[in-house]
Formats: sequence, structure tokens, C-alpha cells
Amino acid sequence: MSHRAQMAGTDGAAGEPRRLRPFIRSAGVRFAVAYALVFGVSAFILAFSIWYSTLGLLQHQVEAEVRADEFGLLEHEGMGGLGALSVAIANRMADAANVNAIYLLVDPTGRPVVGNLDSWPRGLTGVQEWYELPVQRQGVASVALMRATMFPDGSRLLVGRDVQARSELRLILRDALIWAFGIMVALGAFGALLIRSLFRRIIQDVAETTRAIARGELSRRVPVSGVGDEFDELAVVINDMLERLGRLMDGVRQVSNAIAHDLRTPVARARARLEDAALHAHTPETMSAAIERAISDLDGITGIFEALLRISEIEAGSRRAAFAAVDLAPMLHDMDELYAVVAEERGLKLDSSIHGPLPVIGDRQLVQQAVANLLDNALKFSPMNGVIRFQAQRHEQVVEIVVADRGPGIPENERARATERFYRGEAARHTQGSGLGLSLVAAVAQLHGGTLYLGDNHAPDEPNTGLRAVLVLPANVPPPKFVASSLPRRG
Amino acid sequence: MRILVVEDDRDVASFVVKGLKEAGHAVEHTDNGRDGLFMAASENFDAIILDRMLPGGIDGLRLLETLRAQDNVTPVLFLSALGQVDDRVKGLKAGGDDYLTKPFAFAELLARVEALTRRGKAEGPTTRLAVGDLEMDLLSRSVRRGAQKIELQPREFRLLEYLMRHAGQVVTRTMLLEGVWDYHFDPQTNVIDVHISRLRQKIDKPFDQPLLHTVRNAGYMLRVEEP
Repeated sequence: MSHRAQMAGTDGAAGEPRRLRPFIRSAGVRFAVAYALVFGVSAFILAFSIWYSTLGLLQHQVEAEVRADEFGLLEHEGMGGLGALSVAIANRMADAANVNAIYLLVDPTGRPVVGNLDSWPRGLTGVQEWYELPVQRQGVASVALMRATMFPDGSRLLVGRDVQARSELRLILRDALIWAFGIMVALGAFGALLIRSLFRRIIQDVAETTRAIARGELSRRVPVSGVGDEFDELAVVINDMLERLGRLMDGVRQVSNAIAHDLRTPVARARARLEDAALHAHTPETMSAAIERAISDLDGITGIFEALLRISEIEAGSRRAAFAAVDLAPMLHDMDELYAVVAEERGLKLDSSIHGPLPVIGDRQLVQQAVANLLDNALKFSPMNGVIRFQAQRHEQVVEIVVADRGPGIPENERARATERFYRGEAARHTQGSGLGLSLVAAVAQLHGGTLYLGDNHAPDEPNTGLRAVLVLPANVPPPKFVASSLPRRG
Repeated sequence: MRILVVEDDRDVASFVVKGLKEAGHAVEHTDNGRDGLFMAASENFDAIILDRMLPGGIDGLRLLETLRAQDNVTPVLFLSALGQVDDRVKGLKAGGDDYLTKPFAFAELLARVEALTRRGKAEGPTTRLAVGDLEMDLLSRSVRRGAQKIELQPREFRLLEYLMRHAGQVVTRTMLLEGVWDYHFDPQTNVIDVHISRLRQKIDKPFDQPLLHTVRNAGYMLRVEEP
């Protein structure tokens, strides 16, 4: 039902709104209209305030003048009666400075006694009130602002000012303001258009760049103007993102190249063996030997697949669902026991110190595999009579597992890449291995919110440095309480 | 033993069936879940080898769940290309007794199937194990061969115990890693071989007749060699 209602709604909106909508939908136009509106409203307010303050001021001035004039005349009347008043009015009318002054004294019957108005203006009935009325001044029509005073005998005095000029000023001002307003609206519209085009240009930069990237031009970046404004900031952020995506894609490409290469080699080997056997094996023994070796090559390929899958499974983080609180110490003791015998067999010494408990929240099997990889590496690269140190302890908030050997180590400049998939250092190039061991350790560390550190294994009494791999995992302990005794020492 | 193989890949199935028959087992095979469920539920088998992904609407997991719901406890070994940890956990949770990922070595499959059927039978509480003149007392945790007492480290004891429980059967390296050390991956180092050779030093070296044999391309076996 709601669906039908919606249909009806769109039908009703047919015609003009439909044509308008794409225009309104343009964010640029919306910004422009908003800009013009704000500009127009402020212009309007400005014009109005000028209007009111200018005209208001003039009005007040006139009123003050009239009041002073009236007061002076009433003083004359108070001292010398109506006669003195008439004289004073005549004097003032004679003064050339008061061209705009208007006076009229009428007797109780309404007949003019003295003044420069032809007759008492129609409509002026109240006393001590302001009136602005058309008047006849010696036959000339004009506008005046005036007030009247009534004397006890019924005579009335009118004092005022001709405000014809002010009315004209008002007209001029009004016209000027209308013009100004018009110009402002035009300017506002122009500004709005400018904003819209600016807006479009910037959006276009971003849109064009992303479109180019979608087309496959991965090296394209959003141009940065260098002004350092918000749009530059946005461009920089977008460029950073593109950079990171690019690196990730490079990584994926590297891995797939490596897969192609690292798997091609054993496949080629197995193939060669089988083909060679098919062509040249003359006895069943050589034939089955060749087949067996080909099978072991294939097992090697399966191993690489499994390691790759495991790493991506770990990196995807899905294993986190299986995290539990575990103490690593018993597991590490078992591993120590498992590997100590192997080390001894190879003329090496596994020097272990495992101090439990080592509580972590994690996947025991994964940590086990990570540590096994480190120990496998140490065994593989250790020279005869070498000592492998295998330590585990808790330092406050972290559990630290160290495997240090006396092998060739990893040069500083290779360390960052040592955890990349399929990366094999110079020293490891001629040994067996897939180049995935440390990748898995690093992935396990990351999954647990920890880190794998690779460093030199310095020792005062040994000339050789080897590799010191430190797997740091967050310990499952309550966060430190900051009481005075447990505060870290400062300084 | 009677073994049911439910596997839709024709090559893998014929390879497995052939191998099992050569090893002296009676084998039934079906290539879909519906028939597999019917056969497993209506006949008696000593073990079932079950593929996870099967045609016919019933996959391996559902087949096993239905079977277990009927209180059928026939040991089941999953054979699957789904090798992620979650897949393995799912398989074992559904009632599987073991899980083997493709590709696999036949020797590994055979050893595991035979181990499964053994486990099904001898699950009673034992206090004493014996192979030839080698004896193990599980209560006092002592081992002797003939009149001579043999001192073993705790882990060596567990290794020997595992081998003795599977006496007469091939035990693969992976089975030892899982069963004795709780390792669920293959370390690059030949840790098992080293430990086996240590154990051999203690239980075989001083005596005439070796009990702990290496089975080529498969693993190890503890048994009395028939003259």
C-alpha cells in the first residue's frame, strides 16, 4: 500500500518540479543559493538601518528646533502678552536664517493674526502633538512638521518647520537604497555563481582522479593547489588513502608474483623428475624413487599453500573469536623440552629460562606455532656449538618471549622486509624454507595486539651477533593501579 | 575391518578403496550423502571415511549429525579439502573423531583409520600395557623390559604410552605431534624423529630384539617382530 502511495506521489510531482530537481540537487547550486540569500538578507538589513537612522536623526533635529522655537515664543508671550508674541514672530520671520520656519498665530475665531501660513492647516486639531501635514505657504504647497499651543483666551499658536526638502531626501535615499540593494543582489548572484564554479572545479578534480583510478591509472593523484586550505587538506587525505591502497595492491601483486614463482619452482622440479623418470628410468627402483621425490615436492607445495592460508586466516582476524585466557608457561615448557633434545642432537645448546605464569588472552595453538617457527629458524641458522637462548617472562603489562641465536642474523636494512611473505634474506637464500615463517609470527603478534621485534643478539663474550627475535604480547593482567608504591620511577 | 568410504571424487575414492583393500579391509563405497547416510545407518561398519562436500543434498556434516542423532557411534574420519581451523573445529564438533585435510598421504589415512577403530574398542580403563617383554605400569608410571627397569622422562613416557596403545599399528609423525605434544601443525624441524631415536636408545638399544620400527614413508610401529 505504501508502495502505491509512493507511486502516486511521484506522479503528482510530475511536470515542473521534476525538471527543477536536478538543478536543486546540484550541491553547487544549493551553496550558491544559500550564499545569495545570506548576502541579500544582510544587504537588506544594512539598507534599512541606514534608512531609519538617517531619517530618524533628521526628524529628531527638526523636532528639537521646533520645540526650542516654541519655547522662546511662549517666553515672549509670558512677558509681554500676545502683542509681544506677535512682534517676536514677525522678527523671526524677517530673519533670513529661518527660511524653513513656519509660524501662525490665530485669534479665538480662527483668523490669522500673524504668520507665514495662509490658513490653519486642516486636520491639525490637537494641542502639544506632532503633525506632519500638507500646508499652503504663500500659495505654495508644501509639507510641514508642526505643533500647536492654545492660550487661555482661545488664541492658538502654531510652530513648525517646512520638511519638503527632507521628504525629497527621503525619496532620493529610497531610490539610492533600492539601487544599492539591486546591485548587492546582483553581486550576490555573481558571488554565488563563482562559488558554484569553484566548488565544481574542486569536486571535478577529485571526481576526475577517482575516475582515472577506476579506469586503471593507479598513479593519478588529486592536484594540491598548495594554498593549504580545506580543499588541499581533503586532497591530501584522499591522496594518502590512494597511496595506502596502492601499497596494499603492490603487496598483493608481490604475493601473487611470489606464489607464481615459489610454487612454479617445486612444480617444475616435480615435473622434471617425473618426465625424466618416464623417459629414462630403466628399473622399477629408479622409477619409484623419482615418483617419491616428486610426491615430496608436491607436499612442499601443499605446505606453502597451507602456510599462506594460515597467514591470511590470521590476518583476517577471524581467529579472534576463539581467543581464551591461557597461561603460556606450560606450553612453552613443553616446547623447550621438545626442542632441547633436537638442539642437543645437532650439537647446539638451548638455554631456556621460562618464568611463569604468563597469562595472555589469545589462541594457544597460534602462539605455539609462532614460537615453533622462531625456534625452527634458530635451529636452522645456528652454527655448530651455538647457544640458542629461549626466554619467556612477564614485564608488567606484557609477556615477552625471546628467541636469540648466534646465526648470521638479519642485517638492519632487511629487517623491515623480513616479515613480508616469501621474503628471504641474503643469508637464508640457500637454505630450505618457504620465506613464510616470520610472516606468520608477525601476523600472530598482530592478531594478539602485540609486536614482533627483530634485533641484534649482542653478547659481551661472543664475537658473533645473531638474531634476537622478541615476541611481545599484551599480558592478561588487570591494568596497573596508580597507588604511590607502584608508580613507575621517574627521572 | 569393514570400512565405509563416502567420497564423490572418483580418483580419490578409487585410490582410497584400493589402498584399504590392499591393507586387508572390507570396503564399501558410495559417492553421495543420501546413500552414505542410508548405508551408515542400516549396516555395521568399523569406521567411516567421510568427505565434507558431497552431492545429493546431504553433505558430510549433516550426514554425521543425523547419524549421531540416532546414537550411532561408528568412528568417523573426515577427509576434506576444507582445511582451515574453523572447518576442522566444525567437523569435530559435529561428532567427527578425526580430521584429515586433502591432499593427504595414504599411509597417514590408513594409520589414522586403524587408530580410530582401535580406539573404539579399547577404551576401558587399563593400568598395564605390554608389547612383547616391554611392560608399562600406568599407575606407578614405571617401565621395564624383561627384568630391567627403564628410566624415562615424563614426555618419553607419554610417547611410549601412545606407541604402546597403538601397538601393531603404524603411527605417523603427525599423530604423535597431535597426540603427545598437542601440536596441530608441522614444524619444519624433525622433532619427532629425534625424540623417537632417544626413546629407541632406551628401550631397544640394550636388547637383542628391536620393538620400535620405522615404517618407510609413513611413521613408526611398536611390535614384536615375528620370526
